[in-house]
Amino acid sequence: MSKRFDLSKYSPWIASIGLFVVWEVVVRGLRVPDYILPTPSASLLAGWTFRGAIWMHALQTLLTTLAGFAIAVVFGVVLGALVGSSRAIYSAANPILIGFNSVPKVAVVPILVMWFGIGTVPAVFTAFLISFFPIVVNVATGLATLEPELRDVLRSLGASRLDILLKVGFPRALPFFFASLKVSVTLAFVGSVMSETVASNVGMGYLMMSASSKFNMPLVFAGLLVIAAMGVAMYGIFSIVERRSTRWAMRGAPTA
Amino acid sequence: MPVGFVDLDHVTLRYGGDADAPLALDETSMKIAKGEFIAVVGPSGCGKSSLLKLVSGLMPPSDGNVIVNDREVSGPLKIVGMAFQNPTLLPWRTTLQNVLLPLEIVEPYRSSGRAERKTFEAKAMALLAKVGLAGFEDKHPWELSGGMQQRASLCRSLIHEPDLLMLDEPFGALDAFTREELWDILQGLWMERPFTVILVTHDLREAAYLADTIYVMSKRPGRILVRRENPLPRPRDQEVTFSQDFIDLVHELRNHIRVVRAA
Repeated sequence: MSKRFDLSKYSPWIASIGLFVVWEVVVRGLRVPDYILPTPSASLLAGWTFRGAIWMHALQTLLTTLAGFAIAVVFGVVLGALVGSSRAIYSAANPILIGFNSVPKVAVVPILVMWFGIGTVPAVFTAFLISFFPIVVNVATGLATLEPELRDVLRSLGASRLDILLKVGFPRALPFFFASLKVSVTLAFVGSVMSETVASNVGMGYLMMSASSKFNMPLVFAGLLVIAAMGVAMYGIFSIVERRSTRWAMRGAPTA
Repeated sequence: MPVGFVDLDHVTLRYGGDADAPLALDETSMKIAKGEFIAVVGPSGCGKSSLLKLVSGLMPPSDGNVIVNDREVSGPLKIVGMAFQNPTLLPWRTTLQNVLLPLEIVEPYRSSGRAERKTFEAKAMALLAKVGLAGFEDKHPWELSGGMQQRASLCRSLIHEPDLLMLDEPFGALDAFTREELWDILQGLWMERPFTVILVTHDLREAAYLADTIYVMSKRPGRILVRRENPLPRPRDQEVTFSQDFIDLVHELRNHIRVVRAA
């Protein structure tokens, strides 16, 4: 019993390390040259060698991403609340939102560059644009799927629409909201790195771009690993926040 | 006939707004006195729940007047408590917080909320104790059984001391023993501080046990077919359910329903 428990606890580490081992073995075994696919050890070594530059660019990307993500959260909650609490707004906004979400954000970056110049601002914007959609959809869904009986309980007490939103709507939408944060924050990284790759001279996207132009593939992969690690860390943080704040929706663990 | 506390005067309700939409209620008239306990029985889908929504102001009538407490109902009433077949407790709130919910919305409690929080909590605890939920105040709904959730739901519908209590098959999903225990609890609360009750149910024994007056409704479109006063003295206890009068009353109601269903 305890053995099985340990397995599930360590399995994420085992799987990740296993992946690196397989990667290392395959690349060495097949003698793949460094400029095609570097080994993870070479990537990690490159990461260590260029740690100063990586640190600076990673911090830039992290802050850019979080700034865009923060705007997405505020915007997403407000728009989600509007869309979710009125059928008319829902029908009106739905096609526009879906259409907007279908536009590849990389195609928007040049427009943003025209407006704001290259650098941090378009990256923040791209992170925002790519990550707000899941938040809107989830908050709206959480509000719109409110049980009619629950609404009637409050309405029969003479509750206003605002009362219903605050007492029932938002608390009930909270698990949906936190679920969307996990997805959104990883998308925000996609947005900011994409914009940095196309139009910036700072950030992980720029670092990897310039490294690949010098055929420094180990550094490119070091960059990828750093971005992935930041994404996993953010996802993990929001998972913990989710579990803490919506314990009622996760019946697994008994309340302490 | 004097104006009742709740007065339905030739009320018609259609689903949707159109004039040719299907009828839910047809020319229904009722007069309920203040403090009276009435039950509405009828075959399923006869518009019993629509009746509750009309009286509580959640739905406007298509035709006719609904008057509660000398005033025409034009929107949700604040003097109403409601409990449904589903307990509809809020899962993120504890039992106590769920019971306190109406006090956060209904005046005058709402304004004095912070200052009198302790008083309100004591009141809610006392009510919970009466329905047998002492010690469960801090549990969340999913930690309670169905019967316990329904008890908490009953407390929530009564905490703001409504003049009118609407019950929509509140005991329908419970086992027979729990149901009969809750009948006694409800009767006890009602005899302590008489409020007007409209109980919608398909359980004829429940209607005969609890109500002063029993209305039998027809199939859709619903209309009142029979108004039957309940002769059984109060307080009623489980022994009553084995008396001849009780059995005759249930039998009579059953015959009405049989006729309604065959029609």
